[in-house]
Amino acid sequence: MTKRYATALTLTLALFAVAGCKKKVPAPAIPKPADTKPVTQTAPPPPKPAITFSAEPSTIERGQCATLRWDVANATQVAINPGVGNVAANGTQRVCPTSSTTYTLSATGPGGAETATASLNVAPPPPAPVKDPPKPKLTLSEVLSSQLQDALFDYDKSEVREDARNVLTRNSEALKQIFRDYPDAVVNVEGHCDERGSAEYNLGLGDRRATASKEFLTQLGVAEDKLKTVSFGKERPVCTDANEGCYQRNRRAHFSAGQ
Amino acid sequence: MRVLFILFAALAAALFMMAAQQPDIRTGIRGGEIPVIAIADMRGSGEAQTHMSVFNRTLFDEIEGSGALKIAPKSMYPLSVPQQPRDFGSRGIAIGDWAKPPVSAHYLAFGYSAVQDGRLVLFGYLFDVRQPDAANAQVVGKLYFGDLNAEGARKVAQEFAADILARFGSKSLAGSKIYFVSDRSGTKEIWSMDYDGQNQQPVTRFGGQTISFMPAISKDNTRLAFTQLSQRNPAILLWSLETGRRLPFVNPQASVNASPDFTPDSKNIVFSSSSGGGFANIFIAGIDGSGLRPLTRVRAVETEPKVNPQTGTEIVMTSGRGGTPQIYRMTIDGADIERLTSGEGDAVNPSWHPGGQLIAFCWTRGFEPGNYNIFTMDVAKREYLQLTHGAGRNENPTWAPDGRHIVFSSTRGGSAQIYSMLADGTQIKKLTGLGRNTMPVWTK
Repeated sequence: MTKRYATALTLTLALFAVAGCKKKVPAPAIPKPADTKPVTQTAPPPPKPAITFSAEPSTIERGQCATLRWDVANATQVAINPGVGNVAANGTQRVCPTSSTTYTLSATGPGGAETATASLNVAPPPPAPVKDPPKPKLTLSEVLSSQLQDALFDYDKSEVREDARNVLTRNSEALKQIFRDYPDAVVNVEGHCDERGSAEYNLGLGDRRATASKEFLTQLGVAEDKLKTVSFGKERPVCTDANEGCYQRNRRAHFSAGQ
Repeated sequence: MRVLFILFAALAAALFMMAAQQPDIRTGIRGGEIPVIAIADMRGSGEAQTHMSVFNRTLFDEIEGSGALKIAPKSMYPLSVPQQPRDFGSRGIAIGDWAKPPVSAHYLAFGYSAVQDGRLVLFGYLFDVRQPDAANAQVVGKLYFGDLNAEGARKVAQEFAADILARFGSKSLAGSKIYFVSDRSGTKEIWSMDYDGQNQQPVTRFGGQTISFMPAISKDNTRLAFTQLSQRNPAILLWSLETGRRLPFVNPQASVNASPDFTPDSKNIVFSSSSGGGFANIFIAGIDGSGLRPLTRVRAVETEPKVNPQTGTEIVMTSGRGGTPQIYRMTIDGADIERLTSGEGDAVNPSWHPGGQLIAFCWTRGFEPGNYNIFTMDVAKREYLQLTHGAGRNENPTWAPDGRHIVFSSTRGGSAQIYSMLADGTQIKKLTGLGRNTMPVWTK
């Protein structure tokens, strides 16, 4: 809108200029070359401005920001365009453009004028999943294994630990989306144990771990009838080393595709 | 000297009477002096001789393995050995030589074999060598028949051993079977073998993604119950040992149904189930799963219910109601629950002695989690005895029908295998070697 007014104004002014304005404007004083050229070689010419100019990072997603960083020597005036204007000889500036922009830094000093550019590439963000769901090309198993993490437990325990709460909270969001993408899906919440307890007791303990995880998820709004608990006791370990690292990996609630 | 002997005899008799009140926790048998037996190497005439080394070894193993008799060392035996009763008094063979030092035996087993109608026949005798007259010394004198091969010799030796052991109130284990879990085919299936590890064969052949484990055998030896995992929830399956086919058992609607055991009348099954939601607790149902009834209701994992085989009125089980798994006892109605183990470590895998006074179980007491050892406990007195001491993981002890032996699984040799031992922890024998083998139960 503003641009249109500006254009109209320019055209009007141009019309006056072409039609001939009767008022004579004195010609601007043109500096004589002798004024700027040193008469004698008593001192070396002032160096031209030296510029370091970058955008960090050079690629961002729309909505994110980047930092312009510059350092200019031998300049009396430094400006960055578009959108920044006159700046000090060195400094940083946060910029958040919505499309790819090439920033130009112009420096003017006694030794002359120099410019430098820094390009900031703005990538479009991924499409919003709700409006444009990805085609379910992946199988449910692949989606589950890529999007859901195991919730881990203490030895002999089925209480949901702090870290498992965080995992399950993230899983609950992923599960809600998965059930939107795969309306017929049923997900098994598997309870597993490490090799140390008895096979008999572990079958009951694994059942508790599965049930406790399912209850936590349903409290966060995951559909209860979409989750099915199953205990594997210590019969399906992910590793078989006799150390705590492996024991911990096996004390888990794991998510798999159900029927 | 004579007075001293009488005094000693009286003391021994008194001790015997006291000990005979109930089984000794150390051996699982009624106490008393262990008799000493000499077992002469027997020979065969003609072709029978080719099978006598198998016979002699089997007879020795059977008697020694019973724990009911002590065997006098063979190097001390007189040079002339009787083959039949009339040898006493001739060829310089005197019955008293076997009772005197250095043999110092109470009994002598002897005999010989021959071929008759193409079969192996053994003339087997047991004499009480403390009798001054051989004519009055015979305890066993019998003919035993078998095929003319190594298997026949083994059978004949087992039958002769059974008759000898019966004289000392000990049941022979010959003919008894051990059911167990083996993964040698690629999946965990139920297998069976003879008590000595012979004739190992699969009972179930499910394959695929299944896991069949936790076997239990009804006291009447007609049914096998076990737990199966597949992609579905753990469930109990019932099997006829007579037809080798599946029998109906309706599992309750629950995320877990597992660890079955039979009541001694073989009419009910107790098991662990999460029926009704919540924690896996103890339930009882009819043999087909009908008439389901909870025995416990607690927010803790409870499993491995085992019904006293003698009384049928009490149950021992594993319960986590105190925080960690421990052994508890209660009535068959789920009343009067009390903890039997101290609360230290993890205590699991209880099983009853056939007499109903002792249990065997696993405990990590004094060891890291998972390092189970086999213990026995007098349930009334809470006295316990540790039988294994840290050689691998030792799990799932169950008693033999003779009440003197215990079969269990152990990782002492690297992989999990099945071992038998006397109930005092001695005479450990490895019974399996292929694949991994666990969860043995010993039946009649």
